[in-house]
Amino acid sequence: MLRFILTRVSLIIPTFIGITLLAFFLIRLVPGDPIETLAGERGIDPARHEQLRKEYGFDKPIIVQYGIYLTRVLQGDLGKSMITQEPVINEFSSLFPATVELALCAIIFALVFGLPAGIIAAIRRNSIFDHGVMGISLTGYSMPIFWWGLILILVFSVQFDLTPVSGRIDVLYYIEPITGFLLIDTLLSDEPEAFWSAVNHLILPTIVLGTVPLAVIARMTRSAMLEVLGEDYIRTAKAKGLPRLRIVALHALRNALIPVVTVIGLQVGVLFTGAILTETIFSWPGVGKWLIDAIFRRDYPVLQGGALLLGVVVMSVNLLVDLAYGLINPRIRHTR
Amino acid sequence: MKKSALFAAICVPAFLAGAPLAAKTLVYCSEGSPENFYPGINTTGTSFDVNEHIYDNIVDFERGGTQVVPGLAEKWDISADGTVYTFHLRKNAKFHSNKNFKPTRNLNADDIVFMIERQWKEDNPYFKVTSPNHSYFTDMGMPSLLKSVEKVDDYTVRITLNRPEAPFLSNLAMQWAGVQSKEYADAMMKAGTPEKIDQEPIGSGPFYLVQYQKDAIVRFKAFPEYWGGKAKLDDLVFAITPDASVRWAKLQKGECHVMPYPNPADLEAMKKDPNVTVMEQAGLNIGYLAYQTTKKPFDDVRVRKAFNMAMNKKAIVDAVFLGSGVPATNPIPPSMWSYNKSIKDDEYNPEAAKKLLAEAGYPNGLETDLWAMPVQRPYNPNARRIAELMQADLAKIGVKAEIKSFEWGEYRKRAQAGEHQMAQLGWTGDNGDPDNFLHTLLGCASAQSASGSNIAKWCYKPFDDLVTKAKVVTNQAERTKLYEEAQKIFKEQAPWFTIAHAVQLKPVRKEVVDFKLSPFGRHTFYGVDLKGK
Amino acid sequence: MTTETMEAPAVAAPTATPPHPLREFWSYFSANHGAVAGLVVIVAVVLVALLADVLAPHSPYLTDTSIALKPPFWQEGGSLTYPLGTDPIGRDILSRMIYGARLSLLIGIVVVAVSIVLGTVLGLVAGFFRGLTEIFIMRLMDIVLTLPSLLLAIVIVAVLGPGLMNAMLAVALVILPHYVRLARAAVITETSKDYVTAARVSGAGTLRLMFKEVLPNCTAPLIVQASLGISTAILDAAALGFLGLGAQPPSPEWGTMLADAREFVLRAWWVVTFPGLAILITVLAFNLLGDGLRDALDPKLKRS
Repeated sequence: MLRFILTRVSLIIPTFIGITLLAFFLIRLVPGDPIETLAGERGIDPARHEQLRKEYGFDKPIIVQYGIYLTRVLQGDLGKSMITQEPVINEFSSLFPATVELALCAIIFALVFGLPAGIIAAIRRNSIFDHGVMGISLTGYSMPIFWWGLILILVFSVQFDLTPVSGRIDVLYYIEPITGFLLIDTLLSDEPEAFWSAVNHLILPTIVLGTVPLAVIARMTRSAMLEVLGEDYIRTAKAKGLPRLRIVALHALRNALIPVVTVIGLQVGVLFTGAILTETIFSWPGVGKWLIDAIFRRDYPVLQGGALLLGVVVMSVNLLVDLAYGLINPRIRHTR
Repeated sequence: MKKSALFAAICVPAFLAGAPLAAKTLVYCSEGSPENFYPGINTTGTSFDVNEHIYDNIVDFERGGTQVVPGLAEKWDISADGTVYTFHLRKNAKFHSNKNFKPTRNLNADDIVFMIERQWKEDNPYFKVTSPNHSYFTDMGMPSLLKSVEKVDDYTVRITLNRPEAPFLSNLAMQWAGVQSKEYADAMMKAGTPEKIDQEPIGSGPFYLVQYQKDAIVRFKAFPEYWGGKAKLDDLVFAITPDASVRWAKLQKGECHVMPYPNPADLEAMKKDPNVTVMEQAGLNIGYLAYQTTKKPFDDVRVRKAFNMAMNKKAIVDAVFLGSGVPATNPIPPSMWSYNKSIKDDEYNPEAAKKLLAEAGYPNGLETDLWAMPVQRPYNPNARRIAELMQADLAKIGVKAEIKSFEWGEYRKRAQAGEHQMAQLGWTGDNGDPDNFLHTLLGCASAQSASGSNIAKWCYKPFDDLVTKAKVVTNQAERTKLYEEAQKIFKEQAPWFTIAHAVQLKPVRKEVVDFKLSPFGRHTFYGVDLKGK
Repeated sequence: MTTETMEAPAVAAPTATPPHPLREFWSYFSANHGAVAGLVVIVAVVLVALLADVLAPHSPYLTDTSIALKPPFWQEGGSLTYPLGTDPIGRDILSRMIYGARLSLLIGIVVVAVSIVLGTVLGLVAGFFRGLTEIFIMRLMDIVLTLPSLLLAIVIVAVLGPGLMNAMLAVALVILPHYVRLARAAVITETSKDYVTAARVSGAGTLRLMFKEVLPNCTAPLIVQASLGISTAILDAAALGFLGLGAQPPSPEWGTMLADAREFVLRAWWVVTFPGLAILITVLAFNLLGDGLRDALDPKLKRS
């Protein structure tokens, strides 16, 4: 087991270095110059431009720049944003909880509706319910979520005035960030209504971000269940006359969950992609929006640092899923 | 769908619970996050809007105007030759406090000297803290203008200049000159965390910062000991909302009271809303399409004129500005002194344009490019849409224009290098002087420099003589004459297709009392009140 | 051009499944109503794209500011001249959507073609040569997979400059790893089988082995992935368009149309609703088709 873990972890190192390389050089290929972008209509005179380039170290050969960058990264220093002059790591850690909160809610939303739907669809194979679930989930899977978000705002916020338009919480509440997760912070505060305000603000973004994972989970659960239900041991159990619910809950579900867990793990990357769009639409103060802004402003340190940190997060989650998978299914350990 | 409706239904009770009845809280839906809390290195109005509430200046602009009024300096004397300014500071300006720092003294001359030296002297320990790039200080020419800054006594500061400079006081009233506490700076330097003064700001302004969360919220409270008296509001909240439609939706629902930069598309609805007043003020700006006058075919004035006649300005302004702009004739806005009212704009006449184009040697039309900024600017809400309409109009006289766009910094750089044939751009004035438009944007000096703002690369001697002369003449009536003449030449030579002057529009809810529009586009909430509900 | 490439997977299908005659495939396929519906929609979209010049009532580029933001015909103020209304500068939305079909199909096909060709080659190479080559290729693909795909696509577009071609290239690169992994996995499974060993023993060269023996045997999963890939490609390109980085105005690409009119969402619901619906329906059709193909080609294949 230890060897298995070590192999998996060692695979991360080249990927990590690869990401720093990719992020660093790809971004430097982007035409445009952050100093010029900052200057606006007024422009900037060449001498001063040169001075600033020196200040930011852009005048050194690119390999040297990368060397400096990598050394600093290994010391845990991701640099400072060129726009705000705030350390990248600080900005990331103040925004990341918002993204995680949204992503977790979306995954929970997807699980709460996706798992039962998939299970029931599998049990009642070819029923109307089955076709309905499969139809809806394929539609969800095909959804352009940026459009979906706009439509939901139009219907629920503007037309029926049920949900707020954007943001994380009503601005009238002053919540001291303790964990950064508003759902927890509001509960810790002495204003119980603030919690509901936070929940209210989460509904639409959660639905928008959760739509695709919901569809994937429902489909995956269904097909995994179908496969398991066809296995010999289930048929044996049935033949033995065990109650149906017991078969499904105890035997089938446990085995069917293995591929589902894997899929959820793989959805993390997809979730961050979705988060970029969702956060843009709902003005959600998370890392997705932050990175998009950084691209448009040519804020190199933020982009490099942000991509690296997100990459690390995705890698870690994948690693955990891998390990969990190895634990659940001992056969995996030996096949590599 | 069904599920989401259910989900929403569960939460309706939460909504009815409503928000807590706070003290007088004004919510301003701002358009973005401030860069940081040190105005000396800020470059955007977004940051200045935040920092102007925290910090005070030596002198201020009167609220809603351009007049310079006393600020931290109660009065000042200027020497006869205009080079020595002596400021007499008020003695009752107190600093805020926070968990790291409690001030032991009131604001005094040391703080003023610190404010200037931090931006000026490279050996100041704070010069490089957060960023050494003090943009405005440098752009205003302060390094070469300042000779010395001295503390005469605790409440008197003397600033000596190398040469007289009329707009010096106005420049000091700009937000980059916000005064920080030297005592706080020293304490943080000693603690080894100098950058804290720019992240957890301490100023002497009417509001102090309570909370800042990037991309979400900036929260202030009124400073009870403010020298000008406590603000009428108790709390001031900037709800950061980058999307204009969303800002409007929030204003409509009462989630905020004032919003900047409305979406032109929503103006009609805003004007109809009984709870909202749309405040209006002519902006000090111009949006234009510049012809590259050193390149074929635009080196020929007939081609430029033909293009000016081919494009339907009124339709373009109506469709894109939707009431938030007025078609422009001259390169300076009508509210500026010396605006020449007698000039007639080129009429929209595709037939005549076609003829003129044929005369210039292009009977079958021509091919060209048409640049559009990738970003929204104060003087141009949607350059791409304007480009599409221009393209369609030009097609009618046989001109094939290809729309091009680059990343914003790149765009400006390339346009200033003159790589385009036709490019849109614009300008917002900083000090209300026509020189700031006519000489800066159309003079020969700026046409010849690679970083100059004259992207038409138009260097026309008769025009340049006029605006250069007007720069050194001091008599305003005489200057007016020179500028009026220059505008006439501009129209004859047509280096630009003048598009529009954007109008500054601010939707404000009816319960907001005494909010004033600033000609500089500032958003100041000291002095603003809220009516009881 | 559109139809030729469009049919490529369909033509390849019989060769992909030598044991299944075409008829058997069709009987499986037609039993799946969803798949047939998807096929019908796709055929309709292809026809609309081909006949755009005939079908569209107006030019997609013709602006007329006097009729800006007309609602669809069933709403007050709308007229049948502009059945789905007009956009902010008075272009007919229906006509723009009809021409947009061309772009969306083009995007789907080009992206998938590029990534399939590149991906298969890389996957085959990785699967055959193993060792350092494989490690290098697969690590690279892991890196690409680790970064959020949209973020990577955005950076690539930022490098290349916004535009339809560059957006397509960016999307192709971002979805590449899926094909590489698929091809590699298939190659590794196949190479361990007897027929490959037999061929190798009888002296077949690596290149010949790769393309003559192994490739045809892993076509089925690639075809399925391709039809599903088209839908991903259309979605991703539309997302780029939505962020202002895809096709540039006045091009009537659906995502771009949506982005371009987004500010009018509160005032004119139709400017965002219809292009979005078009994306949804087209993508759904390709997904249905992909599902159907998978079931018909090999009921045991799983979604990768």
